[in-house]
Amino acid sequence: MTTPLTDEQKITHLLSRISFGATPADIEKVKSKGLFPYLEEQLHPEKIPDPVVEEKLVKLKTVRLSSRELLELYPPPQQAKAMGKEVSPTQAPRYVVLELQQAKLLRAVYSPRQLYEVMVDFWTNHFNVFAGKGADRWLVTSYDRDTIRPYALGRFRDLLLATAKSPAMLFYLDNWLSVSPEADANRPRGNPKPAARQGINENYARELMELHTLGVDGGYTQKDVTEVARCFTGWTIRRPRGQPEFLFDARAHDRGEKVVLGARIAPGGGMEDGVKVIDLLARHPSTGRFIATKLARRLVSDDPPAPVIAQAAGVFRESDGDIKEVIRAIVRSPEFFSPEALKAKIKKPLEFVASALRAVGAETDVSPALLRYLVRMGEPLFLSQPPTGFPDVGSIWTSPDMLLTRMNFTIDLTANRIPGTKVKNAETAAELVAAPEFQRR
Amino acid sequence: MEFTRRLLIKSAGLGLLAFGLPPAFLLRAAEQEKGPRQKILVVVFQRGGMDGLNAVIPFKDRSYYSLRPSIAIAEPAAGEERAIDLDGFYGLHPALAPLKPLFDKGQFAAVHATGSPDNTRSHFDAQDYMELGTPGVKSTPDGWLNRVLMENKTESPLRAVALTQRLPRILGGAAPALTLTSIEEFRLRQSLMAPAVQKLYANVKDPLLRQGSNSLFAAMSVLRKVETGLPPAAAEGYPNGRFGTSLKEISRMIKADVGLEIAFAEIDGWDTHVNEGGATGQMANHLRELAEGLAAFFRDLGDRMEDVVLATLSEFGRTARENGNRGTDHGHANVMFIIGGKIKGGKVYGRWPGLDPAVLYEGRDLTLTTDFRAVCGEVLSRHMGRKNLKAIFPGYDFSTQPLGIIA
Repeated sequence: MTTPLTDEQKITHLLSRISFGATPADIEKVKSKGLFPYLEEQLHPEKIPDPVVEEKLVKLKTVRLSSRELLELYPPPQQAKAMGKEVSPTQAPRYVVLELQQAKLLRAVYSPRQLYEVMVDFWTNHFNVFAGKGADRWLVTSYDRDTIRPYALGRFRDLLLATAKSPAMLFYLDNWLSVSPEADANRPRGNPKPAARQGINENYARELMELHTLGVDGGYTQKDVTEVARCFTGWTIRRPRGQPEFLFDARAHDRGEKVVLGARIAPGGGMEDGVKVIDLLARHPSTGRFIATKLARRLVSDDPPAPVIAQAAGVFRESDGDIKEVIRAIVRSPEFFSPEALKAKIKKPLEFVASALRAVGAETDVSPALLRYLVRMGEPLFLSQPPTGFPDVGSIWTSPDMLLTRMNFTIDLTANRIPGTKVKNAETAAELVAAPEFQRR
Repeated sequence: MEFTRRLLIKSAGLGLLAFGLPPAFLLRAAEQEKGPRQKILVVVFQRGGMDGLNAVIPFKDRSYYSLRPSIAIAEPAAGEERAIDLDGFYGLHPALAPLKPLFDKGQFAAVHATGSPDNTRSHFDAQDYMELGTPGVKSTPDGWLNRVLMENKTESPLRAVALTQRLPRILGGAAPALTLTSIEEFRLRQSLMAPAVQKLYANVKDPLLRQGSNSLFAAMSVLRKVETGLPPAAAEGYPNGRFGTSLKEISRMIKADVGLEIAFAEIDGWDTHVNEGGATGQMANHLRELAEGLAAFFRDLGDRMEDVVLATLSEFGRTARENGNRGTDHGHANVMFIIGGKIKGGKVYGRWPGLDPAVLYEGRDLTLTTDFRAVCGEVLSRHMGRKNLKAIFPGYDFSTQPLGIIA
């Protein structure tokens, strides 16, 4: 028999799972409110005021701008150069991504809507877009704000559709280039590269099933990949570097009949073919299992117990993919507050840095110097190249150079040597964050 | 608040830290004897897509001059700012002059019209394909340099090193690989805390952390010996900047016999859409940095270069025609450089496809005649002694005749 968790352990464990790390104030709050009432409060971020973050975000102007405005104000260097413009570092496109990284870290550290920020991070990796790929520099700001954030605690199907239509994803996984082979005169309008691929591009269709919904063993075939790609032909971007908005280009769409996972999609369709695929995939049992597994991996352990996954997958199906319900099911499962789950996770770099700053009550302006630690720990925010996003398993994060950066971060933090970041009581801070155990949650 | 503070500390799993530990916590790790000299492969990635046609100039192909009215490099003749003749057909960009003596000694070779066969013009995709070693396939889980490490395993903590901020995809995978930006910086920061932190991690029970910190402390201890043995001032002639520093650090590790087998460095600035320049200007400056770095590396290593092959890669070449901004756009085939003490250099390898507009790839770019995997495969089998090229470059047909760059 294993000993059940003490009340104290339950409090810190809950916070380690639904936040970026416990603060003394959080612990007091959970103590007085109770575990599940606190979870309920966190599941409704719209009811939690967040004046501190709002005030800190005022300085980060680009996070409020549209993709089009960002392209105008932070033009591609070659375009600026051709126009004879001198570009200062704060006008370079790099600056757009920098501010977005700063905003993300600020929210992770300061927002009282902690579970919401955890889920935004979760979906940002699940639906990864690499901000370093071409036009995506100017598109990820809107992707974070308009695609991920509104649906992070909503219905999975809505989130999936939003990502499918987002210019950032359309560009990252090349669907904007995918056109019906019959429509050879109908390449995406405004595509400046004469040599851009013609015909079907399967990249998005494949990742949509492998990474976003069914999972690699979710029961689809290469034929399904091609059929799904045909359904999404014509889902494109008006002009990635000029008018970066979603466009359904009927001329590029394959109007033939398709069969996806055994379901017939009648000929003559338009944009709705893609929407039908989204609906089909969002409600497929493999998707429920896949999303439940990944959520349990974030909330319980790297290799989550089968009963939690089964329970959460069942709730996913019954609730039609209500993300809040799935989280409730996982946190309320007997395995969640089990001794096996305690400290089961190695913190990702973002979790490690944010939890350290939170635990010691650091004041930070999230300077580039602070973000550089995340780069060296292996998690440059919004810059995961592969479509898998940053992994949520511990073994990825403990390579020697990553560990060295983690140790040096602790040393620099507690010695008050990180520009723009201050801790009040270095000795207490050291006690909290210096030990290897702090690498786990 | 005292209760909650204690609770936080307790949840972090520790009591009071023992400060005032003996400051010099001595490591016994990595006391290994110097091993036999390793064969070493250094890969330099030119990110951005180098304009190979202006690096190794096909001056006898007359189309070259009609395609590039303002940025072409003049054919070899007396005087400066002209191509340096290599073989009567190709010439080196004048900024690559530091490499000419190596060419003459047979220690520098170029392969022209080479690269990745995929037709993507996206930097991101093309780099991915080249680093994963599987053009056209994005789902490959590891980089090809990492797969090179899988064939025979050794214990050296410094077996594969990337001189980068984060591990590049080419080295990502199951075999351990380190990143470092400089040998001097690969250490715990000086502070009162550092000895305590080191002691805590040296004694850690957590299996994941234990594995990582053991290799870390072993690597640090080796690098401290490199520092004392070969202070950085010994090396001269490296260009200022990240690239020069990277090569210098690689050279130090090679000379110190730390067990290095694979090293990776990057040099940026090749995306020359606007005002690329000709014999002088933007690209010439980058070529000069490249050539000075490679020449300094060769000089610095001396006869150790017999164990070393250095190869350059760049995700694609650039359009054969110059564009409206006196630059070039993303193209296709490119040129690779191979440097080594025992290679069969002094030659530009590869079949020249011609620049006649009728034979350009997709009507605009240099056509590819040698797959980069053929070149890398030859280096891996003949220099590094790798047997299973199929595992390193899955899906590639190695039945074609080797170029013969490696004796």
